[in-house]
Amino acid sequence: MLDYLPNILFLIALIAGIGYFTRNIRKVIRNIKLGREIGEVTDKKERWGNVVRIALGQSKMVVRPVSGLMHIFVYVGFVIINVEVLEIIIDGILGTHRIFAFLGPVYDWLIAAFEILALLVLIAVIIFWIRRNIQRIKRFISPEMKGWPKNDANYILYFEVVLMLLFLTMNAADHQLQHLGAPHYIEAGMFPVSSHLLPLMEGLSADTLILVERIAWWFHILGILVFLNYLYFSKHLHIILAFPNVFFGKIRPKGQFKNLESVTNEVKLMMDPNADPFAAPPEGAEAPAKFGASDVMDLDRVQLLNAYTCTECGRCTSECPANQTGKKLSPRRIMMATRDRLEEIGKNIDKNGEFKDDGKQLLDDHISREELWACTTCNACVEACPVSIDPLSIIMDMRQYLVMEQSAAPTELNVAMTNIENNGAPWPYNQMDRLNWKNEV
Amino acid sequence: MSETIQVPTMAECLAQGKQPEVLFWVGCAGSFDDRAKKITKAFVKLLHNANVDFAVLGTEESCSGDPAKRAGNEFLFQMQAMMNIQVLNGYEIKKIVTACPHCFNTLKNEYPELGGNYEVVHHTQFLKDLLNEGRLKVQGGKFKGKRITFHDPCYLGRANNEYEAPRDLLRKLEVELVEMKRCKQRGLCCGAGGAQMFKEPEKGDKDVNVERTEQALETKPEVIAAGCPFCNTMMTDGIKAKEKEGDIQVMDVAEMIANAEDL
Repeated sequence: MLDYLPNILFLIALIAGIGYFTRNIRKVIRNIKLGREIGEVTDKKERWGNVVRIALGQSKMVVRPVSGLMHIFVYVGFVIINVEVLEIIIDGILGTHRIFAFLGPVYDWLIAAFEILALLVLIAVIIFWIRRNIQRIKRFISPEMKGWPKNDANYILYFEVVLMLLFLTMNAADHQLQHLGAPHYIEAGMFPVSSHLLPLMEGLSADTLILVERIAWWFHILGILVFLNYLYFSKHLHIILAFPNVFFGKIRPKGQFKNLESVTNEVKLMMDPNADPFAAPPEGAEAPAKFGASDVMDLDRVQLLNAYTCTECGRCTSECPANQTGKKLSPRRIMMATRDRLEEIGKNIDKNGEFKDDGKQLLDDHISREELWACTTCNACVEACPVSIDPLSIIMDMRQYLVMEQSAAPTELNVAMTNIENNGAPWPYNQMDRLNWKNEV
Repeated sequence: MSETIQVPTMAECLAQGKQPEVLFWVGCAGSFDDRAKKITKAFVKLLHNANVDFAVLGTEESCSGDPAKRAGNEFLFQMQAMMNIQVLNGYEIKKIVTACPHCFNTLKNEYPELGGNYEVVHHTQFLKDLLNEGRLKVQGGKFKGKRITFHDPCYLGRANNEYEAPRDLLRKLEVELVEMKRCKQRGLCCGAGGAQMFKEPEKGDKDVNVERTEQALETKPEVIAAGCPFCNTMMTDGIKAKEKEGDIQVMDVAEMIANAEDL
């Protein structure tokens, strides 16, 4: 029975790790579903194409070549090294060692590839850390990146360094044990990177080496499980959500903003000479929808998915004309505030069973009017996002709420809108003078 | 120009039982703003020169609703859109050309769902077609060899993925086209979009148009070419703020073609 203790402990850790993660992902899904439904998803072919190109293919990451290339190392490393994790899981459950070793030369090359990727990941992660903490690139030190967002970013990097070092240490100890002909440690694998760690292992007894190898093996897999569960609390959720997010991303021309159907119905009614303005609404008609968004429940599910997907890279903010010229608006902060509010509501539901009004909302409590009115709707943020997040759509929905529900547009805009209403142009010109230029041709 | 150019309205065309090949949607800026009216006139001269059978709506045209929509007033936008669509559909309009990227975007992308389906093109696209069809002839002329940088309007570029039409026209003028470090997909807004044209900017360190003008000045241009009446105003103001109005002009691509040809 004691022989199976490691297997049992492993299984418990695995189930606990995956179980807690599943529970939290369910909460993410529940929270996203607080948003409005999006209706039928069309153009699936184009959407899958985007997933392949933008998410799998990282096409928008390489717009910035340095960080793009580094990110590809970490991304490919992450995806491919997961094959190794599969082996670790099988070994852990069955008590085997390097169960895929039967693949022979293929296995050797696989391990060699993992090692090289692990090294590339290490290098990339160190460069990322330098960019954030020493070089202090502007988009990483903006006001919204103080406190938790800054620590979160660094914790992720530390996690990755530790995981890669554990992986390489494990291989080095294993390699040395293979040299010593230790039982159980069959000759398998090619170790182009960890073989450089062998001098550190020299002179160690087989027992010590086994201890080193086992500790590294256990901490590596436990580390992965902890990291998996860290995602839920972190901006790092993008490693999963980037894929659905790109799939659901906007595929219309960027300049095409959605037309509010509830408004269309009212306008049609107003323009219909036969409509009875005093008619009672038809039996069972729904109450008219609220115009625009003042809280996260007024946003749609894709917008909420956007918020969870944002990894706070700040490319949007660094391209934003308002932000570049010192205005308060930062499209990244719009996404962060949306997620913060959504999680606040999620916790409220966890506590009370259902959402109990907390006297707060997304507008004013999380996103100020000053930020909303600074936007030029130029789509630079949408273009910049490597995972198809649309901060502009949230800004627009909130402006709609301000204007249509609260009549709270800036005064000059009210003047322009009154002009449009009265004389068909945003300036106070007479409609009848519209063609006067003709006489000057 | 000695002969007078006729600018027929749709109402006149209808009265004569004619259907022009294209409607020129002038837009509010192009109709009322003194600077933008020059673009309108230049474009009309080009249309005339290429023997394009066009008409305008004149006093039947109204704001496309773009600034209302971007300001968040969906109600006013749809009112404007539906009124315009009634007029446009009434005249059975098929094709629309406009020199305003905001009108272009709204008419092209946001009107169809409300019942307005037209082929909508930006004037740079239309002029490019005229050149390709040989209806309009352009040679270097005045601008040949001059350093020109093109400022991408957000609502033509990023919003609708048209980066090349205006540049093709400039190349036809045999200019030395120099790109700003932020151009095309990464072009910086002039600061007027999203109804900002009609309000004071929020508190900040700098105005967006000044920032963009500085980027343009880095290319040491003789002319900053634009394709939008609002960008034109913003960049012109930027040039004034930088006290460069004596050295550098801001011109619409259509104006440049008309000027090159001395129309």
